[in-house]
Amino acid sequence: MSVASVQDEKTPVMQTLPTDEVRQIMWRFADRYDLQMLVQSTRAVARGVVARIVAEGARNTHEWTDAKDQMLKAYDESGITAMMSTPEFGGYLAGPKNFVMALTAFELAWVDAGAATCSLAAGLALEPILEKGTPEQQAEYLSRCVPPLPGEDRKIARGAFCLTEPLPYVGVDTGIMCGKVRVAEWEEGKEPLLQVDKRGRFITNMDYANFVVAAVESDDDRIKGTCMVILEEDDDGVYDRGAVTHKLVHQLSSTRDPIFHMTVPASRIVGGYTIQDGVVVPNHNHGKVLEAVFARTRVPVGVMTAAKLVSAVEPIIRYQRGRFRGGEGAPGTPRYDLGLQMKEDVLHRLVDVWATGEAATSLGLAAARHFDEFEELDKTRDDLYAEAGASSVREILKIRKKTEKLALEYLDLLTQSEEERDEARIAELKSNRLVEFMIGESLSNILSPATKLWNTGQGANMMREAVSLMGGYGITEDCPGFLPQKWMDSQLEATYEGPESVQRRQLIVTMTSELFLAQFRQWIVELRTLASERPGTGACTLGSAMELWLWTYRHLQDSKDADGKPLYRDKRQGATFPMADALSWLLACRCQILDCLELAKKGPENPVLGDALPGYVQFFTDLCHVQAAHAAGEVSRICADLVYGYNRHPSWDPACEQCVQAGEIDCLEGLIPGISVGARLSGDVVETDGSHANKAGPCPHFTGMDGFISRRNKLDGCLTGSRLAKDRAGNVLSQVMIPEALDYPI
Amino acid sequence: MSNGFHIVVCGSLVPDPLQTLQPVMGASGLPELKSEMMLPSVLDPWAGHALFEAAHLAAKTPESKVWLVSAGPKARLQQLMMTLAQKVPFELVALDGSASGFTDASSVAKSLSEAIEGIAGLDRSRMLLFGGCASASRDAGATMQIVGERLSIHDQFLAVDELDVENDGSLRILERIEGGQYLESVCEGPPAMLGWATGTLPEPKNNPQVGMMNMRTIMPALQRAQSVSVGAGDSTFASVEVPQQRRETRIVKDLPADEIARELVEWIRS
Repeated sequence: MSVASVQDEKTPVMQTLPTDEVRQIMWRFADRYDLQMLVQSTRAVARGVVARIVAEGARNTHEWTDAKDQMLKAYDESGITAMMSTPEFGGYLAGPKNFVMALTAFELAWVDAGAATCSLAAGLALEPILEKGTPEQQAEYLSRCVPPLPGEDRKIARGAFCLTEPLPYVGVDTGIMCGKVRVAEWEEGKEPLLQVDKRGRFITNMDYANFVVAAVESDDDRIKGTCMVILEEDDDGVYDRGAVTHKLVHQLSSTRDPIFHMTVPASRIVGGYTIQDGVVVPNHNHGKVLEAVFARTRVPVGVMTAAKLVSAVEPIIRYQRGRFRGGEGAPGTPRYDLGLQMKEDVLHRLVDVWATGEAATSLGLAAARHFDEFEELDKTRDDLYAEAGASSVREILKIRKKTEKLALEYLDLLTQSEEERDEARIAELKSNRLVEFMIGESLSNILSPATKLWNTGQGANMMREAVSLMGGYGITEDCPGFLPQKWMDSQLEATYEGPESVQRRQLIVTMTSELFLAQFRQWIVELRTLASERPGTGACTLGSAMELWLWTYRHLQDSKDADGKPLYRDKRQGATFPMADALSWLLACRCQILDCLELAKKGPENPVLGDALPGYVQFFTDLCHVQAAHAAGEVSRICADLVYGYNRHPSWDPACEQCVQAGEIDCLEGLIPGISVGARLSGDVVETDGSHANKAGPCPHFTGMDGFISRRNKLDGCLTGSRLAKDRAGNVLSQVMIPEALDYPI
Repeated sequence: MSNGFHIVVCGSLVPDPLQTLQPVMGASGLPELKSEMMLPSVLDPWAGHALFEAAHLAAKTPESKVWLVSAGPKARLQQLMMTLAQKVPFELVALDGSASGFTDASSVAKSLSEAIEGIAGLDRSRMLLFGGCASASRDAGATMQIVGERLSIHDQFLAVDELDVENDGSLRILERIEGGQYLESVCEGPPAMLGWATGTLPEPKNNPQVGMMNMRTIMPALQRAQSVSVGAGDSTFASVEVPQQRRETRIVKDLPADEIARELVEWIRS
């Protein structure tokens, strides 16, 4: 490819693959040495123990083996196990854990996502206790789950989270459950003993879990509703780890179908209980616990797939460059030095893989950071409602409605110019914690499902592309970087913790929030401003794509199909689900641009980056532009499909209003000479013998679609320059320095 | 009186050996590695052995303390500490300067020795000066000796693999010499300089608790790191190039150990 066509001498070129300094700035943990240490520590485990056992074939069995057990020991020693706990209980990281979990998942999934799942599932078992557990439960399990401190003699408690059952839809629909809980014994004045019967399916960590947090439903009048309950392996009864799941993927994580028939004290109900009129009333039903847990834990899963895409870059570059070495062509010749990278296509495709990986990582980590920032407020939601005088469901709904108006007013004020807006009112609304909560909540409800949906779904598609770039090598066990395994694994990531349809269902509801839409409109304005300050990032393209999405969304809300049925309804998934997909493309792209901007802004503060910074910024800017164009194309296609696709195409039916009958225009020929020929050239004319132009029917008219057409035309024009950006990025990939060898075994 | 050691380890960063290390002439007229600042770095392996041996010795000798004196670009040292700080307990003395392999040993030694002289609370009579017997980036093998001389430490041992403290407080030291043999020496005690070869200890596993503890002093140390001028002295460089390959590596799979041993013996005899 021609360098001169896309780069002049002044265009900075990225010399090396992005370093830790670059990532720390982009992903906003440059000032968190605790997280930087965790990243290094996790990386050492991932590229050491984990990579070694994968290379030695540990994935070739479903059983839990000594080799896999080594991985857990490495987690214990390196601090991965203890990351979920807090310093007061023997952990070493204070504060929320969402970003911590996401970074750990990223590093582990860089090598093997099963290893990441192993770590994540331990966190998943603790999450209900962290989120809703009683202080006693938190003290008990957060201190037992960390490795023994000096002087302690105990085993580490490892947990499993047991929701899914052999019955379909358990977990997907929280209203369906077979696991039961009854009162086994209740002596006067004493704590009730509960009989728990639960069969689990696809339960992670079951080979070695010492305790299980299980979702159950009451089968006894003396217990109300549902709850989550903690089962210990040495409790009375059956603690059967069950049959091993024959997974084709994620073999480094343990998965089994356990069976529990156990008697446990009622104090094991997560979050505790009260006795009301002789009935055990759990303080939290299982749905409430799940809501708190899954809102967050889906994010690291999305980050896993993102990590795999970024991890694929280096092995692919090495493969491409070395493809022809050993054959004809001496060092110094393009064939020897560049190998496959002499060809534009492989470079462009790798740019696409990398750009997707960047966007996915940016979205996942932005979501994780959001949950960290929002966590404290989120935990006080009940107190906030209480302070506002709302205790019943009805009162809460009423106060939410009232607060939503205030929040919308606040967001509207923020869009006004500083000279015009009422600062006092802004300050007043900003200090309203419920307003802050509802704005944060509206984002949480979008970011989590969007990350899970887009990162894993589109990520899996792009992993296939990555595998294809390795040629025949890509479907062998020897493929560097374990790319085929990563491709397969990504399908599980798209499935567990709520498959794609679940995420779409959530999004089509939450994206209708006016609070979210107000922020969405604000983002469009911000992207326009950003585009004027930093052209070339694709911010303008993205802004136009977001406008098209918004127009389409409003249109679908009010539109009906050709049979008069409304479009934007829960059951019309053909109309709603694609809009959720399109929104996810946009969100990922926006986060990617913001990360690039952060690097440009904060990079100069790091002396190490120095002269290399402009090269990094230019490259990431080009990746943003490429991804923005890709996202714009997807959104444009989806929106056009939905806007036009539900209209019935006119046919050559004699009653067709858009057809012109030949007899009618021929009669007019005497009055308007030439109309007969002109109408035949420009319109759809049915001849007297019934014949017509050779096509499906008269061309449809687009009355009322001007808004859509103008926005789509504009968006098409906004793609200007995106291919040049791809050329530049591809050119960098053919020059960038890579290490001599991969830093983990193959 | 305390019997503990005050162990000062000199060591800094070198580029990760997996990277492509391509020497080029820099704009200043001094050689450097291509994209040197952006190459990931690790602790110089020999200095690493010295640090791990120091921590091990300190752990089994009450009232001992370990300092790590490092000269390198401050921001890169900070990055290195994110891994190193989790290995063993130590206190960092950071010097903000070049960690290039194209510097002069005496210049480096001067900066290091001055920094050591400035360590508050360091009891020079109990001091053991540790470092690598060589460096992966500047393999003159002279730096530690000069640091020792500048600090008036005359008991110097190079290519050390083992150090034992005897009951009477004397030090029994094994130094590598030719032919796979060791020179065993005994010195009365500190102060002494030991330039370590590989030692006998494995690399410690990461321990986040140790890391969090170390970082309390490491971050302030990095913030107050003094700027030092570590240069190449009067040396001038005409050109730089990757060393010529002197041997051919043969890669074989599944060769029996006896066969490998036979080839090695044959090679040694030749």
